[in-house]
Amino acid sequence: MFTMTSTILRNLLKEPATRRYPASVRPSFEAARGEIRNDIHVCTFCGVCAVKCPSQCITVDRKAADWSYDPSACVQCGVCAEVCTSGSLQQARDYRKPVRKKELVVLKGATTPPKHSDPPVTG
Amino acid sequence: MTRTIIPFGPQHPVLPEPIHLMLTLDDEVITEAVPAFGFVHRGLEKLVEIRDFHQMIYVVERICGICSMLHAMCYCQGIEEMMGIETPPRARFLRVIWSELHRMHSHLLWLGLFADSFGFESLFMQFWKIREKILDIDEATTGNRIIVSVNVIGGVRKDLTLEQTRGILSELKSVETELKRLETTILNDYTVQNRTVGKGVLTAKQAYELGLVGPTLRASGVMQDARMLKYAAFDDIAFTPVVETDGDCYARCKVRFREVFQSIDLIRQAIGKLPNGEIAVKVKGRPDGEVTSRVEQPRGEVFYYIRANGTKHLERLRVRTPTFANVPALLTMLPGAGLSDVPVIVLSIDPCISCTER
Amino acid sequence: MQGEIMDIGLDNLLGETARIKVEGYRFVTISCVEINEIRMELLYHFDRNFQLKHLRLSISRDCRAPSISPVYFAAFLVENEIQDLFGIRFHGLTVDYDRTLYLEKDVKTAPFCKFAVVEKSPVCEEKTP
Repeated sequence: MFTMTSTILRNLLKEPATRRYPASVRPSFEAARGEIRNDIHVCTFCGVCAVKCPSQCITVDRKAADWSYDPSACVQCGVCAEVCTSGSLQQARDYRKPVRKKELVVLKGATTPPKHSDPPVTG
Repeated sequence: MTRTIIPFGPQHPVLPEPIHLMLTLDDEVITEAVPAFGFVHRGLEKLVEIRDFHQMIYVVERICGICSMLHAMCYCQGIEEMMGIETPPRARFLRVIWSELHRMHSHLLWLGLFADSFGFESLFMQFWKIREKILDIDEATTGNRIIVSVNVIGGVRKDLTLEQTRGILSELKSVETELKRLETTILNDYTVQNRTVGKGVLTAKQAYELGLVGPTLRASGVMQDARMLKYAAFDDIAFTPVVETDGDCYARCKVRFREVFQSIDLIRQAIGKLPNGEIAVKVKGRPDGEVTSRVEQPRGEVFYYIRANGTKHLERLRVRTPTFANVPALLTMLPGAGLSDVPVIVLSIDPCISCTER
Repeated sequence: MQGEIMDIGLDNLLGETARIKVEGYRFVTISCVEINEIRMELLYHFDRNFQLKHLRLSISRDCRAPSISPVYFAAFLVENEIQDLFGIRFHGLTVDYDRTLYLEKDVKTAPFCKFAVVEKSPVCEEKTP
């Protein structure tokens, strides 16, 4: 009997364990895997990210210098940023904000992609 | 007496996931229980045909939302065995640390849900408050709360710094103190004992013959824990499985509660012995042949059968999850039980339906 | 693969399973693998003190296999799963969902098969012990 009493009393005296979310937001951890960002001016359109992505949400068109990704299909595993050869892909700490409808993120680079030495990846 | 048929689920307050039970009742006593599935079947095993064997790690991780890391670990160990890859010692110890953190948060989740199943709401909140600390450790060290994605074939993706290991140890200390405080409530409280002692009893013989795994089996007195296979770094870590003999819901609760403390101990040992060095080796070539792989998940032993044919796509990936093996126990435990005990008995096997149906 | 592998036929499946049960093995699971358009392979996995034992059964796609659920009750679930996903029919199941465990009633195809085969009825019976 009364085994919970001490816990209940302690909880009454202490601050709440939860946060009032929109008013107080905990900053993300340094290692947190958030949104994928691509610096399109550095991107070489090599297509490694598109091949390695486990949810196949990235498409790269080398000729048109198009890099697009579907944020609602992305699983935030961070593989693309890890394998990126030019270092243009980065994973931010913060998550994407909720959106009203699904949209592709399409980034357009310079039409003549910078020369790079990586061979085309087949798998 | 009139015979009544009551559908239990797929949506029910105590069920975190959809399973449907057709209960035939004679007055208040259940005479027959037939489960029905198919509400969350995703056919993930079939995905091996379009995802290569590296990408499959992230697919198998998503089989279950609670024991994700252990699914990936089992898969990676299988492929490593097939390709003859020796993982670095540091990676093996890191795998133990993260897998035991996963076991802790899964058991804390279950202890909360179990308290909720007999209406002990405040205990449920206490357990989940503690669980949040484990999830914070996961996020700080790997980048995500549950789907940690640390396993790759040949090792792990993330490393722990000295500072982080110290942080984990100090957090575990506070988790341990808070859990100790709840020990008298979950194990000795009148309400808890009244609702769980003697409910859903399985003898050791019954449990073994039904092919049960994990805490459900160990609560019946059978010492069977896949960690005894000494995978990852378990050959360097002292480990004895937690076994209870009563075989009722209370014993299952006790096994899981004691396993949380055991996991704390295993993490401390692993951090104490953590060797320096590489965390992953480079993988070349493609898998060929067939292999079976087993690890102990929070719910029991998971079994992978992998067959490859030398291409980048595997030929067959078969996953036998622990709940799949534990469901037949329901058909044995439920007949004879009262209707009011159904939620407690169903939860006592820790059902994970997404795992079961994949 | 860890453990001992034994090739068996349809006629000695139940006998071998019963023998394995007497030896004190625990039922782990059955894996179904599609070999080609006609043949399928069923792998029965058993475990005793962390020693695995596998029975390998090659079976024609349109033949019924005997269910081992009268021997190992726990096998009924995985056999029903194979019925649903691969279309192999089992006879003597203790609980038969008749291909409705995962699928809807009107589904006639086997979703996990690479070669689409619509179920024919009646399915042929191979001789059983």
